[in-house]
Amino acid sequence: MSDTIIEAHGIEKVYASPEGKPIQVIAPTDISVRAGEIVALLGPSGSGKSTLLRILTGLSRPSAGQVLWHGQPFASTQANVAIVFQSFALFPWLTVLENVEAALKAKGMNAVERRKKSLRILDAVGLDGFEQAYPKELSGGMKQRVGMARAIVVEPEVMFMDEAFSALDVLTAENLRGELLELWQSKRIPTRAIFIVTHNIYEAVSLADRIIVLGKNPGKVRTDFRVALPHPRDDKAPEFASVVDHIYKVLTRPQAPVSEFVQAESAAPARNGVPPPYQMLPHARPGGIAGLLEILAEHAGPYEIPRLADDLAFEIDDLLPIVDACSMLGFLTVSEGKLEISPEGRKFSDAGIIVRKEIFRDRALDRITLVRQIARSLASKTDKTLSDEFFHDVLDEHFSEEETERQLDTAIHWGRYAELFDHDAKGRRFFIPEETESPTDAPGVRA
Amino acid sequence: MTRLPAFPGALERSWSFLADAVVGGCILAGFYCVVSTARYWLGASTPVAVISLSPAALPAYALYSLIRIAVAYFLSLMLAVGYAYLAARVKMLESFLIALLDILQSIPVLSFLPGVMLTMIALFPTRQMGVELGAILLILTGQVWNMAFSFYSSLKSIPRELREAASIYHYSRWQRFFELELPYGTIGLVWNSMVSVAGGWFFLMACEMFVLGKRDFRLPGLGSYLQTAASAGDTRAILWGIGTMIGVVILIDQLVWRPLIAWANKFKFETVESVPPPQSPVLQLIRGSRALQRLSRRTLLPMGERLSRYFARRPDTHGRNQAPQRWKWIAAALAAASVPLVLYGAARGLLLLRGTTGPELVLILKGASATFLRVWAALLLGALWAVPAGVAIGGNPALARFAQPAAQILASVPATALFPVLLLALIQLGGGLGTASILLMLLGTQWYILFNVIAGTMAIPSDLREAARIFRFSRSERWRTMLLPGIFPYLVTGLTTASGGAWNASIVAEYFNFKGHTLSTLGLGSQISSATDSGQFNVLLVCTIVMAAVVVCINRLVWRPLYRLAETRYRLSD
Repeated sequence: MSDTIIEAHGIEKVYASPEGKPIQVIAPTDISVRAGEIVALLGPSGSGKSTLLRILTGLSRPSAGQVLWHGQPFASTQANVAIVFQSFALFPWLTVLENVEAALKAKGMNAVERRKKSLRILDAVGLDGFEQAYPKELSGGMKQRVGMARAIVVEPEVMFMDEAFSALDVLTAENLRGELLELWQSKRIPTRAIFIVTHNIYEAVSLADRIIVLGKNPGKVRTDFRVALPHPRDDKAPEFASVVDHIYKVLTRPQAPVSEFVQAESAAPARNGVPPPYQMLPHARPGGIAGLLEILAEHAGPYEIPRLADDLAFEIDDLLPIVDACSMLGFLTVSEGKLEISPEGRKFSDAGIIVRKEIFRDRALDRITLVRQIARSLASKTDKTLSDEFFHDVLDEHFSEEETERQLDTAIHWGRYAELFDHDAKGRRFFIPEETESPTDAPGVRA
Repeated sequence: MTRLPAFPGALERSWSFLADAVVGGCILAGFYCVVSTARYWLGASTPVAVISLSPAALPAYALYSLIRIAVAYFLSLMLAVGYAYLAARVKMLESFLIALLDILQSIPVLSFLPGVMLTMIALFPTRQMGVELGAILLILTGQVWNMAFSFYSSLKSIPRELREAASIYHYSRWQRFFELELPYGTIGLVWNSMVSVAGGWFFLMACEMFVLGKRDFRLPGLGSYLQTAASAGDTRAILWGIGTMIGVVILIDQLVWRPLIAWANKFKFETVESVPPPQSPVLQLIRGSRALQRLSRRTLLPMGERLSRYFARRPDTHGRNQAPQRWKWIAAALAAASVPLVLYGAARGLLLLRGTTGPELVLILKGASATFLRVWAALLLGALWAVPAGVAIGGNPALARFAQPAAQILASVPATALFPVLLLALIQLGGGLGTASILLMLLGTQWYILFNVIAGTMAIPSDLREAARIFRFSRSERWRTMLLPGIFPYLVTGLTTASGGAWNASIVAEYFNFKGHTLSTLGLGSQISSATDSGQFNVLLVCTIVMAAVVVCINRLVWRPLYRLAETRYRLSD
């Protein structure tokens, strides 16, 4: 069990912002993949899961740090890995069989051997009879079986799965997970470790022997712990639920130090010279915020997040931003993975549309840095209009280009809902619409 | 007909003034080389082929023209794929090659005519070979750029996960090219090949018979047949010629393009089958052929197999440390070697320009304005009929079923083949060449607008149409709120292509040798033609530069902003 296959030491990923300022996507991180285990890398969107996977497979180079393959520096030729992709990444002009064979062809294997081996693997993943079909003729689940067959056929030492089941419907995904586990446990494949990247907590807990949870902005390991439950795992068992709960607790308290939780691990200390993080808006729409608050208001007492996610059939990527937004605005409190609506949140939920907007406006001006900055800057201008370039520049120092766009986009949605300001996409500028000028001068802006 | 990917790509990019200057210098230098060689060799003598007007000679002529087109097309295909591959794979050359492509595309093909022809004739004293090769090279310069653009943008847009799959499974360069890159670019290449070959016919008609200085060149072919027939006023021969031309075009469409399109459908990058795939009986015939199957099984497949295994066994060097270093040295050496050459050439080119007098320059600018107005008039006229017609065809599947193939065949009849005939008719009607040339430009370029509008109308989602019907939009409301915004991006693409085509067509439309005398009207195109005829290479050079500059400026100042607007504001899909 102690045989380490891949070892990453202090790997970092830094991209240059448009102004040339470095933006850290992944903070110095240590990760290892050991023989005999299924590792799940879990994290919210934007935590650099996929980037980490690409560094570990050698597709991308870390900006700093080192990846070792059996103790040796990583070179793509010697690392025997395969990836099962989220979008399947099958070649649409090749048949199922040709897609699988192509991976062997790249190894220089001769045609007869290639065909024999591919057919055997296709049979093993349940694609018997589909050899001559083209990918576009197959359902999503079948396509991913081809993706898995292609990965298995090259007999990788480590098999990576990049959100491999997230494009599939719930039942198909469950089915494929089961089959993967069976292949793995029956030792019918020579693969020695499986590395799963996912945002689905349930998936991680039902498959993994070890779970690594990433935090975001920048991506870093928040916790890394073993799951000792025996397979097959019963998702109704209290042990299963307690692991899920634990992960939710970590994920819903993004700022809390990991040491507050049970398994403390390599959380990197903030380095000198790095500015304190700018408040990052969760990408939730006001409609979603109102919806969540209405549900909480009707629910007696605290609502457990896993149950809420289950009741709404939401995954954490959909739910967490809304929870974050509500808690940032002071509409609810999160503790121990439970949500509780605050008095302010209840007031919001009970109010009509006009009053809701007023409450939202006060809260946003009070607590949301970006919204407050935009509203104040606009109020201070005589023509009540301002190019969005200015805020681009402010945000560029803290976020990647893409994230800057999303931050502004969210601020625009919130500002519009609060009737604080509007945005003209064509002229790329913020402005205060005529009729809402007076309320802007009210509460928070005077400060 | 889908929207062709070549032009949008050209408009999206932006590059620095420095790149422009470098490229401009290189072009000037290149042009000087060509022109000076041409001057040097002008003394050589060339007999003239006699063109027979008998219909019995037509099959042979058609074959001659066809061979020229075919050879030029295959050369262009190789060049385009190689050029695009180099531009996409070698980071250091990328911006330079793409900038060069952008400018080369806007130089009128026929400006190359004297230089290329005279060089080839001098290189191959056995006269036919020289002139033939010259014609082929000229056609090539008209065909290669849009294919190169198409393949380049395909290479650049290969989905990330597919590229990663190829890397993670250690594809060799060979396998990567034949199993990922080439298949991904195939559909774009096929559609652009159709456009290129149509363009090839257009220029072939013009360069099979021309006057250069004191000399008269004639290549046996359909183009020279039609021109000779028009000069002689032989209506029967004209009709025979046009009939043969249309026959050849339909034959190529059925025997080459339909099967190719049906075959290329398997390279469509889609995850689910959307529309019923195109069919071709000829393709089924080829697929069903025993002999071909045997050939493929016994020879082609094992050969490909051996090659692919050979490359798979070779150590994988690309993407790692050594290769880029080596490339860097080669590129640096090449750049260092070419700097003095480029400087010398550019300087000599400038010296040649100095010979141009003030009045000549004024005349050229006047000509440029006249042609400018004509091009826009042709575009306007084209849009006036093609937009309503395209919307009608695109919005009515029953009409589209027969109108679209018919229009495609009409469109591939080269406008230059019809010029002599049309001109004859127009002159008999009493119109001057000034207005007639607008019609001639229209003839060649209206199809770009029509096909793009049809494609745009078909792309309007049916729920928008239904909404318009349910809310009982008036005709003007429907146009304003749905049809015009919906087709806008496509219209811009069509107009861009049409505008480039119209400028190129002005060279043949504004100047015409007819029954022993020359018809011409004030314009940049006629100035280029007459400079070619009279061997005034400095005027030719100035005119060419002016035209290329105008076309590049129009692309930058008019089409690119419009294209950006179309991309941001009028996009129907997310």
